Amino acid sequence: MAVDMSNAVGLDVPAAEQVPGSPGELPPGRRRGFRLPSALGPGIPRALVFAALGYLFGHWIGNLIAAGYSQVTNSGSNNAAIILGYLFGTVGWIGGMGVLTYPLTKMTGREELLAPQRSVGPGRYFRYTLDHKVVGIQYMVGMIVYFLTAGLLALAIRTELLSPTNHVFGPGVYIEVVGEHGTMMMMMMTSVIVGPFGNFLVPLMIGARRMAFPRLEALSFWLTPAAYIILLSSLWLGGFPTGWTGYAPLSVQAGRGMDAYVAAFGVMAISIILAGFNIVVTVINLRAPGMTWGRLPVFVWGVMTTSFLMVLATPVLFGALYMLGLDRTIQTSFFTDTLGGSSYLWENLFWFFGHPEVYILALPGFAIVLEMLPVFCRKPIFAQKVAIAGMVGVSALSFFVWQHHLFDSGINPDMRPLFMLTTELISIPTGFIFLVGMGTLWKARIRLTVPMMFAMGFFFNFLLGGISGVFLSDVPADTTAHGTFFVMAHFHYTIMGGLIFAFFGGLYYWLPKMTGRSMNHRLGKWNFIAMFVFFNSTFLPLFAVGELGQPRRVFEYAKRLQTLNDWVSISAFLLGFAILLFVINLVWSMIIKPVRSPENPWHSRGLEWQTTSPPPPGNFDRIPIILAGPYEYGKPDALPMSDLVSRTSPVAAAAATDSERTI
Amino acid sequence: MAAATERRDGIRILGVWLVLSAIFMPIVYFVWGPHLPPGGMSDQAAGQRFDNRVLGVVATPVVLLVCTFLVYALLFWRQTGEEIEDGPYITNKVKFSGWWVGLTTFTVLCLAVFGTYELENNNGAGTGSGPRPIFAASGPMLPVQVIAQQWRFTFRYPTYGGMETTSLMIPQNEEIQFNVTSLDVIHSFWAYQLGVKADANPGVNNIAFVKALHTGKFNILCAELCGLWHGAMTANGQVMSQASFDSWATQTEAQEAPVTKLLPKYSTVYSPDEAGAGGNYYGSQYPVNP
Amino acid sequence: MKMFEKPLTRGLAVLAVAGVLAGVCLWGIFGFLRSSVPTVDFSKTAGPVNLRVQTVAALGFGPHPTWVSYLVKDPAGAWVHSTIWQLPADRQINVTVEEYDSGGALRNNLWGGITGTLDSQAAINGQSTAVVDPSAGNGIAHTFNVPDLGLNVPLYGISSKAKNPCSAAPCSTSSDHNTITFSFHTPPGAGNYRWQCFIPCGLSYLYGNGGPMGAIGFMSGFLKVVPA
Repeated sequence: MAVDMSNAVGLDVPAAEQVPGSPGELPPGRRRGFRLPSALGPGIPRALVFAALGYLFGHWIGNLIAAGYSQVTNSGSNNAAIILGYLFGTVGWIGGMGVLTYPLTKMTGREELLAPQRSVGPGRYFRYTLDHKVVGIQYMVGMIVYFLTAGLLALAIRTELLSPTNHVFGPGVYIEVVGEHGTMMMMMMTSVIVGPFGNFLVPLMIGARRMAFPRLEALSFWLTPAAYIILLSSLWLGGFPTGWTGYAPLSVQAGRGMDAYVAAFGVMAISIILAGFNIVVTVINLRAPGMTWGRLPVFVWGVMTTSFLMVLATPVLFGALYMLGLDRTIQTSFFTDTLGGSSYLWENLFWFFGHPEVYILALPGFAIVLEMLPVFCRKPIFAQKVAIAGMVGVSALSFFVWQHHLFDSGINPDMRPLFMLTTELISIPTGFIFLVGMGTLWKARIRLTVPMMFAMGFFFNFLLGGISGVFLSDVPADTTAHGTFFVMAHFHYTIMGGLIFAFFGGLYYWLPKMTGRSMNHRLGKWNFIAMFVFFNSTFLPLFAVGELGQPRRVFEYAKRLQTLNDWVSISAFLLGFAILLFVINLVWSMIIKPVRSPENPWHSRGLEWQTTSPPPPGNFDRIPIILAGPYEYGKPDALPMSDLVSRTSPVAAAAATDSERTI
Repeated sequence: MAAATERRDGIRILGVWLVLSAIFMPIVYFVWGPHLPPGGMSDQAAGQRFDNRVLGVVATPVVLLVCTFLVYALLFWRQTGEEIEDGPYITNKVKFSGWWVGLTTFTVLCLAVFGTYELENNNGAGTGSGPRPIFAASGPMLPVQVIAQQWRFTFRYPTYGGMETTSLMIPQNEEIQFNVTSLDVIHSFWAYQLGVKADANPGVNNIAFVKALHTGKFNILCAELCGLWHGAMTANGQVMSQASFDSWATQTEAQEAPVTKLLPKYSTVYSPDEAGAGGNYYGSQYPVNP
Repeated sequence: MKMFEKPLTRGLAVLAVAGVLAGVCLWGIFGFLRSSVPTVDFSKTAGPVNLRVQTVAALGFGPHPTWVSYLVKDPAGAWVHSTIWQLPADRQINVTVEEYDSGGALRNNLWGGITGTLDSQAAINGQSTAVVDPSAGNGIAHTFNVPDLGLNVPLYGISSKAKNPCSAAPCSTSSDHNTITFSFHTPPGAGNYRWQCFIPCGLSYLYGNGGPMGAIGFMSGFLKVVPA
């Protein structure tokens, strides 16, 4: 039985003095402490000024240290100055946002200002705000910006590949674009569910008022714009030629743009670790009374297993990036074979992070889809324990498969049968997800809403993605497929066709909860149909392109493959328009002509729907007591999930608290 | 909706699935299979094609099952209209789940055994198998060294005076041992029609075996991003009959002699001098191979 | 925030933001991604094309003053900092390289052999030769290598103790230099043929292969062969 700790995390504020709905916050009369100079403006402008100052300071230190190195004078690029500039710039950025005020104040022994800059206006979305719901929305917008930017880069890739020999961008810019696209997408995909939905929904789903570490939560978001800007600035410095995998020693050899990769991925790694850590602690500690592990929604299980992977795998990436940074700045030789290093070291470290990372991208998709299925099937989730076992199994196994990325590399060739086995074993827990999905659909009362369409699309796409993975896990079949467009199609099926379809489905499903406004359903349907058709039309031919002999990341290819490539490119542009439909729907329904959503538009039993939409600052009027599981559809005598609602009318109580609010 | 529950959904889905599988599995194996990449130019390529065929046959019923189920569910279990009706309260069917877990586990274990057997059976299936491959060919072999550098492949024949060429010629019906290495960053030697792919790592001798069955040309590509010209890092290859290979090799050896004299002594790996031919990134004060 | 109460004003605001973003994208594409080295056109001349090229040490170009580079003399007679040269198809090209850089060693000595020229030879300061030993004499400064044409010409370097080295690009022939001449025939069909250098001349980049070696406009480029 979980213990309610949500009001008792180190905050010695008398209950009488708490602002209602905002636990732990001091009343205005008792607030005192250190404030950042407001002369430089609030929030983002001040942060930009601090970031610029930080960058200049770091650059100056780098020049002080390394300007005399013969490596620097000969090559004309001081990598130390650039990396230090980025790091101090990031520190300046978060300092300017106000992240450091609290720890610095505490360090100097002064009274802290709890819940800084709490405000109710739209300005709170542009500040360092500790409300998990604000951070969720911030993450959502941030990740959509990441996604659209990287998507445009993908269209640039397809433009170059329209012709096998004539070049729009040329080889140098082409690999810069490929690297930017891959790295930005990968950085964004790790956070695309855990950031917006994890932060927004986990406290609502477990009956807590907030996350365990609101400051870390806000910090984890405010690092992502820094990573975005750093990564994009790489193009200005000449880009990096390594793709998102950053294989050494090419990444040691590369020019200044590579420093942006090191810094951006490093900053993002910190953000990922903090976000994951926060969610793990929140789920373990802040569950409402009665929220047993068995009643915990599948979505929360999925986000928690993902968060475990984030916490355990990402530090390895950070370590590898640190070594790469040292190799590039002070000429250590971790990755240089003639000086005692090894090119295998990066491959090992990177994929030891990289493969769990791949499942960081898969599990949240499973979680969202399995969370939505019971609602639209009006049935309990089939074999919930199997679903959870599937997600836990995938996470655990994901640490034992990384060398399948290195089947042809000559490293540990004797171990390949083992890694072939572990890789293929992963299809067992993945199969659990399909079992649970199909079991839930069995004799269900399916309502084909827009989120449900995306869930069905997810199953189809992930099926093809998963099945193609079996070909890649088989060493002989992998020989041809390895490093080709086949691999590329495979992981786009699992990430784009899986995770992004789940993300879009989740947006259609939960945006009414997050904003109180509904998306346009007709446009949503067309959005889904166009996305599904053009997604498959884009990526299905790429399996063939790969098997027919086109390696990844090439700017030139065999003339006989031009028809297929042109087909793919045109489909990709149409897929771009399908995503534009989504953006239009989002902007139209959320900003231009918002329509008030019903309190519980999907008639879900879920705890997150038992409060108003959007929820009040404290989420619930009081901490709910959990009475039943979230998926008891079709059980005549089922109790409501919590005591917040009466048994007869699950939404009545929530609706009652819904005073008239303007949008 | 009483009729829906009386309908024998399970039998119908099973029936459709079995019929579709019975149709498509032979099509995949017998009609599509012989045309699957990478073709049959070498033992290894043929072996990979066989793997693709087998995996295709295994994958077909899985894809068909899920697709049949999804389509059936959307056709027969869909509910429209305003009124919301709850479905049957089914939380688990342990027997069914058990069969599912058992069958997937059995399939997966079979695939792993199959893959391992195929790897061993084909002398490493054309993959780069490290400096001391355990799945190695036996008997007489022609060693050919593949040297990758930014951004070209070159090929060295230690048994022909250590000559080095820019296109790859190999004889038919003879076991070839490729020794793949790199002079700088990581590349990957991919002889597409031969079904050979081996990463070229600096300071590493990555061995792959192949036995070409037919004469003809084949394409060599780099399959690991190696910088600016990665996409253009290609070379031509040709499988020749034994006799024409011998005459080509002797002739080229004589013709290339002046250049061969310049080359370093044949070795499985090369470490070009960091100070002399390395751009001085580390400077001359660094010891080589500490 | 009263002005944003009407949907129309909100819509216009959104359109304005979208317009700005589209502008930023276009600026990024055409300002950074599409900016490239100029193509120097030699396809208009009749008869054999005489191509005059120079290779220079780190003498300062734009943002990369520490990078070595190729230059080419355009048909009007001006030295241009470009490595994309447009040539007519099926034509003899007579190349004269003025080589102003000091020499060094190759990572793969195979590129010391001359291939793909009309007589598989090149003339170094007037003396025909088929092989240049990178470890003898001044070593090799750069190579001119067109993989798809099988063309490889090592460019013999000047002495590192040369008394009168060129100090500013483009160099004049009064500075110490070697003149390498060779001829090759362009293929009959149109196509883009990439070329590169094989001397690790990216000083202070790992393996000498970064920097100018990985940048079009310095040690890499295209021969754009077009129908005459």
